[in-house]
Amino acid sequence: MSLEARGFGWRWNGREAWAVRGLDLTVADGERILLLGASGAGKSTLLTAAAGVLDGSDGGTGESEGILEIDGVDAPAARLAALEDSAGLARSGLLLQDPQAQTVLARCGDDVAFGLENHSVPREEIWPRVDVALAEVGLPVDRARPTAHLSGGQRQRLALAGVMALRPQLLLLDEPTAMLDPAGAARLAEVVKERLDASGAGCLVVEHRVSLWLDVVTRVVVLAPAGGVLADGTPHEVIAARGEELAAAGVWVPGLTPRRLRSSSPSAAPPSAVIMKDPASRAAREGRSTLITGAEGGSGLITGAEGRVGDERAAPGQALLTLAGVSAGHRSGDPVLTGVDAVVRAGRAVAVRGPNGAGKSTLALVLAGLAAPRAGSVTASPSLRGLADDGAGDQPLRWRPRQLVARIGSVFQDPRHQFVARTVADELAVGPRRLGVAEDGPDGVGERVEELLERLRLTRLARANPFTLSGGEQRRLSVGTALATRPASLVLDEPTFGQDAATWAELAELLLGVIAAGTAVVAATHDDDLTAAIADETWHVDHGRLVVTAVPGAASPCRDAA
Amino acid sequence: MSLLAPDTSALRPTVVSRANPAAKLAAAAAVTVVLLLSVDVVTAGTAVLLELLVLPWCGVALPALARRLAIIALAAVLASVSTAFFAVHSGTSLFSFGPLELSTGSLIAAAAIGLRIVAVGTPGVVLLASTDPTELGDSLAQVVHLPHRFVMGGLAALRLADVLVDEWRQLGLARRARGLGDDGVVGRLRTGGEQAFSLLVLSVRRAAVLATAMEARGFGGSRRTWARPSALRPSDVVVVAGGVVIAAAATTAGVVAGTWRLLLS
Repeated sequence: MSLEARGFGWRWNGREAWAVRGLDLTVADGERILLLGASGAGKSTLLTAAAGVLDGSDGGTGESEGILEIDGVDAPAARLAALEDSAGLARSGLLLQDPQAQTVLARCGDDVAFGLENHSVPREEIWPRVDVALAEVGLPVDRARPTAHLSGGQRQRLALAGVMALRPQLLLLDEPTAMLDPAGAARLAEVVKERLDASGAGCLVVEHRVSLWLDVVTRVVVLAPAGGVLADGTPHEVIAARGEELAAAGVWVPGLTPRRLRSSSPSAAPPSAVIMKDPASRAAREGRSTLITGAEGGSGLITGAEGRVGDERAAPGQALLTLAGVSAGHRSGDPVLTGVDAVVRAGRAVAVRGPNGAGKSTLALVLAGLAAPRAGSVTASPSLRGLADDGAGDQPLRWRPRQLVARIGSVFQDPRHQFVARTVADELAVGPRRLGVAEDGPDGVGERVEELLERLRLTRLARANPFTLSGGEQRRLSVGTALATRPASLVLDEPTFGQDAATWAELAELLLGVIAAGTAVVAATHDDDLTAAIADETWHVDHGRLVVTAVPGAASPCRDAA
Repeated sequence: MSLLAPDTSALRPTVVSRANPAAKLAAAAAVTVVLLLSVDVVTAGTAVLLELLVLPWCGVALPALARRLAIIALAAVLASVSTAFFAVHSGTSLFSFGPLELSTGSLIAAAAIGLRIVAVGTPGVVLLASTDPTELGDSLAQVVHLPHRFVMGGLAALRLADVLVDEWRQLGLARRARGLGDDGVVGRLRTGGEQAFSLLVLSVRRAAVLATAMEARGFGGSRRTWARPSALRPSDVVVVAGGVVIAAAATTAGVVAGTWRLLLS
């Protein structure tokens, strides 16, 4: 099956900018393409257009221009034709980014069968195809298994099974491995390759992490943010010719992966942390003017190193939160983790690792004082309690929201869950205002917001609604909201999930800065690079247990404890 | 167990629980329609009595049934109490204190209202507690022949409703993490309102993605096949007949006792 775009463009209703414009692209039958481009270059839009689900007619979801044809037929018409010819084969199979939103029915088997029913596949053929598809994607669950019980990664596989069962001649995958652990992601790429080898189908894959797909694809196409194609060729050619440029645009280019950022010696601050500590000099070096005032002291406002009156920061390595015999899990069912003994320390970073569904997110909620442990205790140290004079007890779970936000900052997996204000600037001001920080004057709300906006590169979006930001911008903002109250510890759930390389580097730098300033950071993450870049120790969760390991070369978190 | 879908694995297989959902729907509809025609103690009372007699054959475990029926009972009690005090009074006055008055007439009306709510509510409760929504959808499309786009759309929306429950919890936690929600009742109400708005924004976006995903998997064509067959079986006749018998017996009892009055006349 071939795809042909000539001068193709698409603009969503209510948007001024075209998501895709002036695109000329020919995809031959069975060709396997990795689609790259900076965030906002229109990769996802192109995939949905190729799937024939964009409606450019009056009353549709947007406006289209130019031509996008599948086998010489307009893409939407090609999709409908596949439904009508009753062969039970889809022209294209589209896997979208948000797996939670793609589950259609309440049981796994029914969900995979949904597309087959729509394509009028006879009943006796449906169930064998469902079973094969579930097995292929590595989701060996009972057909009757409720979809509500699946983890994010399992959902991703279920959605893929629903697509694969239709035996599409062109697979359209939008960040298919974003929610999977590294081993799961590699397996999924293998599954797709086997499937393509066996069927001779082609694919268009959008993925930040290029290396996963180098063995699968034969061609790389890079979309230009301004419209059109920036580069097109074999993976080797494109990376050789455009590697630096792609990396700068946020693509994860093999060989240009992030280096270890964390210094092995706690006394020698890493270069990026130096940058963090002195935003004024950073701005000066980049030739930008700065609005920041009161930063001459060399300690940035974000880092909180300057501190407020009565703000007794714990010394690096000092315990802030102690977990003793903690069990964690959903209210119904057995705990996923038991017998967890661990300590969160000031100025140290922990990466919580483990496969999908092992309990990383649940543990993060327990640590952040948001969910009750099923057993055991989470205890705040006197230094954490004494951070503000508000009578907070030693159990974070019992703290009132104001007491919590002064001590522990949380960054959720989906940043949109955390947005409560109409504008980006207000969003950053919410926390400090809750703590009663003065609006004006040195270290007032206004000043903190200005500095965070600058630091997060969101100044030009200060008046924008948080929900309208791109994924990367939303992520930066959600981290910023947690930093605005200068908590002594920061708990993050998959902070780098689905981020391009540019946002990744900014986040890593931001986190290194707060760690250097004495903040404890706990990040539940699948990201090897992030772990290597920031972590002092890893907490590996698997099979219901947690194992603490020091990262080689990192500041030793346990021995220099006070 | 999710919000709306019952845990059907906990059902005992009986003639009612295994019946085609369309048959259960028809039986419940027969009872409901007949009871809406008249408000009287004998008709409603007979219906409740007969319903209680067939409950053991519904296959729903007692605790699950009791939890759901308790809601109906609460509604019945509230409606009865207000009717007893505020209905048009007739017969002997039994009690009077200020605006509050009880009479034999108002007590009988109260009993009729309460029994009617239980009589109408019970078949509905059994239908919901013993029917898997997916099966109901299959039945509505294949037996009742409702348009399949409508039925599948409804099922997808139902699953999204489960997601909303989870999302609401996440939003609540996120608000606590942002330091919101400890300003007394007014502040809590405001935070709750904002949380509801966020949920709305998120669910509209989710629904848009779901619609795209469904369309990409071929939803919306003129025809489709069904992976799960749904057809009426001979035993389903028993269920429908059961509903009709309850309706007919209740009405007959009311008419014979002379209490049955057509509401519309």
